[in-house]
Amino acid sequence: MTETADRTEPAPALEAYRPPRNQWWDVWDQFKTHKGALFGLGFFVFTLLFVFVGPLIWTLDAQYIDIRARNAGPSLSHPMGTDQLGRDTMARMMAGGQTSIAVGLTAMALALILGTLVGVLAGYFRRLDGLLMRTTDLFLAMPLLPLLLVTIMLFRDPLRANFGPEGGIFVLIVFMIGVTSWMQTARVVRAEVLALKEREFVLAARSIGTPSHRMITRHLLPNVMSPIMVSATLGIANAIITESALSFLGLGFPSDFPTWGRLLFDATDWLTQNPERVIWPGMAISLTVLSVNYIGDGLRDALDPRIRGR
Amino acid sequence: MKRYSLLLGATALALVPAAAMAERGSSGHLNIIYWQAPSTLNPYLSGGTKEVESSSLILESMARFDETGMMVPWLAESIPTVDNGGVSADLTSITWTIADGVTWSDGSALTSADFVFTWTYCTHPEGGCAQAGYFDGVTSVDAVDARTVRVNFAESTPFPYTAFVGSESPVIQAAQFAECLGARAPECTDANFGPIGTGPFKVDEFRPNDVIELSANPNFRFPDRPYFATVTFKGGGDATSAARSVCETGEFDYAWNLQMDPTILAGMAAQGRCAIEVSFGTSVERIHLNQTNPDPALGDARATVEGGPHPFLTDPIVGQALSMAIDRPLLTEIGYGAGGQPTCNVLPAPALYASTANDACLVQDIPGAIALLDGAGIVDSNGDGIREYNGVPMRVLFQTSTNAVRQDAQALIKQWWEEIGVETELRNIDASVFFGGDPASPDTFQKFYADVEMYTNNFAGVDPQAYMASWLCGDMPRPQSQWQGSNTHRFCDPAYDALVAEMVRTADLNERGRLAREMNDMLVRYSIIPLIHRGGVSARAATLEGHRMSDWDSELWNIMDWRRTQ
Repeated sequence: MTETADRTEPAPALEAYRPPRNQWWDVWDQFKTHKGALFGLGFFVFTLLFVFVGPLIWTLDAQYIDIRARNAGPSLSHPMGTDQLGRDTMARMMAGGQTSIAVGLTAMALALILGTLVGVLAGYFRRLDGLLMRTTDLFLAMPLLPLLLVTIMLFRDPLRANFGPEGGIFVLIVFMIGVTSWMQTARVVRAEVLALKEREFVLAARSIGTPSHRMITRHLLPNVMSPIMVSATLGIANAIITESALSFLGLGFPSDFPTWGRLLFDATDWLTQNPERVIWPGMAISLTVLSVNYIGDGLRDALDPRIRGR
Repeated sequence: MKRYSLLLGATALALVPAAAMAERGSSGHLNIIYWQAPSTLNPYLSGGTKEVESSSLILESMARFDETGMMVPWLAESIPTVDNGGVSADLTSITWTIADGVTWSDGSALTSADFVFTWTYCTHPEGGCAQAGYFDGVTSVDAVDARTVRVNFAESTPFPYTAFVGSESPVIQAAQFAECLGARAPECTDANFGPIGTGPFKVDEFRPNDVIELSANPNFRFPDRPYFATVTFKGGGDATSAARSVCETGEFDYAWNLQMDPTILAGMAAQGRCAIEVSFGTSVERIHLNQTNPDPALGDARATVEGGPHPFLTDPIVGQALSMAIDRPLLTEIGYGAGGQPTCNVLPAPALYASTANDACLVQDIPGAIALLDGAGIVDSNGDGIREYNGVPMRVLFQTSTNAVRQDAQALIKQWWEEIGVETELRNIDASVFFGGDPASPDTFQKFYADVEMYTNNFAGVDPQAYMASWLCGDMPRPQSQWQGSNTHRFCDPAYDALVAEMVRTADLNERGRLAREMNDMLVRYSIIPLIHRGGVSARAATLEGHRMSDWDSELWNIMDWRRTQ
């Protein structure tokens, strides 16, 4: 405690010379100093533009078969080449990226909401702690892939009837990844909340009769933002990889529906003849995951007030 | 000595070079990879080729078919004919004599009682026998004496070599399966996973859907064979990795059914570690159109006759349009290369039985298909690009096993069908599950919880009678039969059943040919869409010899003669 106090002492003196500014600018200033994070952010934005804006410019249909152009290497008409049926690899990379990234973002959001909810409740309300944390342990012990395989078999037909073949699998995969990856977030958030709960400002707030819901939203949540953000970025990477693994196993989405994992899976047979077909999706998956991890790393530093400004 | 020389004669060709030096077990260990893993070793409980072929190492029948389609006496002393008195003059019975001294791998003697039991086992009314077609028309099987078996037919049967011939109706041991009759058949795990057989190998360990460890049968009737001491029969994976494991890494000696891109396979074979074997038999890659309604909303009545007919696939016009939209030569070129020929028949060989009436399908005709549907009033009435049939939008779920060639074919067919206004959704299922025959799984080809499905089937042997009997009304997979049955697309036509019955009665070969062609034409107009007449494509290590690939029987039919080059 004393250390922090020592360090923050000169701050008021400095601040007197500066116009008031949003604290998020400080976060950004700190974030900027992390080269890896900057590069990661740049690449992630590039990937988002490539997969979501790209199809507006590169208008070839990802599923259109042009059998005469099959197994072509990169050329002007097909910058990333074509597959064994003459489908354009670049269009498929864009369409596949949309699915993979959408799965990643949505599953992450779901995991985050669940994890934060459980973590805050367990940390704040002592009575719920035991029950919620044992549930967390239970979920931690569950292996994801076998569980996914069973649920795909059980719920494929009803979901397909309600959301269509691609939508149904999307909902299923997002839901399953979401409900099986919130546990890390919950544990980290609970630990933070437990520590925060005993701090003076929380005691002070409680002494003036702040109700629980206000305590949580006003005092606790803003202070646990940093670990939440970090687990969010890690969660995206995890979800993209899980979806790829499922497609790689030939499960999940229909076989002609491109995702990065599916493209990689289809290309493995052609490793010797057309190695670029493996390289594109492989590189996309690893670089996206890497960039998201770097963003997470940079965010953790930037959001931590003790590191910021050092 | 007499027995020895007689049986030796059967396989003399392959034996000549090795007979002098080879002895049992001298070639060491053999690794076989089938990328579809067997789920049982009892061929009567699964119609899948992988189960039939893996069990053919252990279980044997009276006769097998060599690579030319000729019958070779196997457990029998000789092939019974009318001339040698083995087949009765009125063609209603056939009498087999078991070769002298054949024993089971546990040392007990093979007797006629085992054959009688096998017949009882497969024709039990409560059981769902996958090979029941081989016993069609058989009224009884008699044990004349310990070594003589008589199969009696209800009517004169001109081709009596169905029961106990070929790899699909082998003899099983009465003592082992006595408690496993009828509905209890699937429960006898020990027997189904480790059948005692007369064949060159016996099971040491069987892990379902994974691997079989076998060793030479110490009581095998030929003292010098098999030349391999032990066999590892590995299942699972996919065709490409199987080919790679033989042709590139050399981990395995034999890989079966290499349904993969011909360009890739040719590239692997060029390295010289393996030889690619092709043999044309009766395999046809085909699309079945479900004649019953697979709508999940029907619950337990789904894909059964009780659930009602399919909303639009029972109409021949629809089937015809779907067939016309397909470019078979292109599918062949992309997926099969030398290993396939486009075909319009579900029964493409032998030549006598092959119909030529449907050959127009060899040329793709999308405008024709569109005109046909338009002409029949099946049009897109609400402008969403999908035609409606009596108000039902024509959306089909198209399933097949996971395999790169099949997925490519699926993608192409989907594009063609969407051009004629039929929306297609693709699904692929792991081959071990799809062909596994597990009544608990919703994803088997027998359950057919989809609108159309694509796979290859064939028949062992040269006579199509049993094969054509696959599509009898009574052979539909249904809950009462544990979802076993060969009529996967639930085809039912009394006129067809009558033709099957007529074929059973007809002796004249030309007349049989006409009947078979007529039945073929009924099926392909249009509840089955034949695509490609496939040759079996397998890879063997360059050091493996004695292999004679037969597409008329199990590919492993003469494994006792396989050996390592010295």
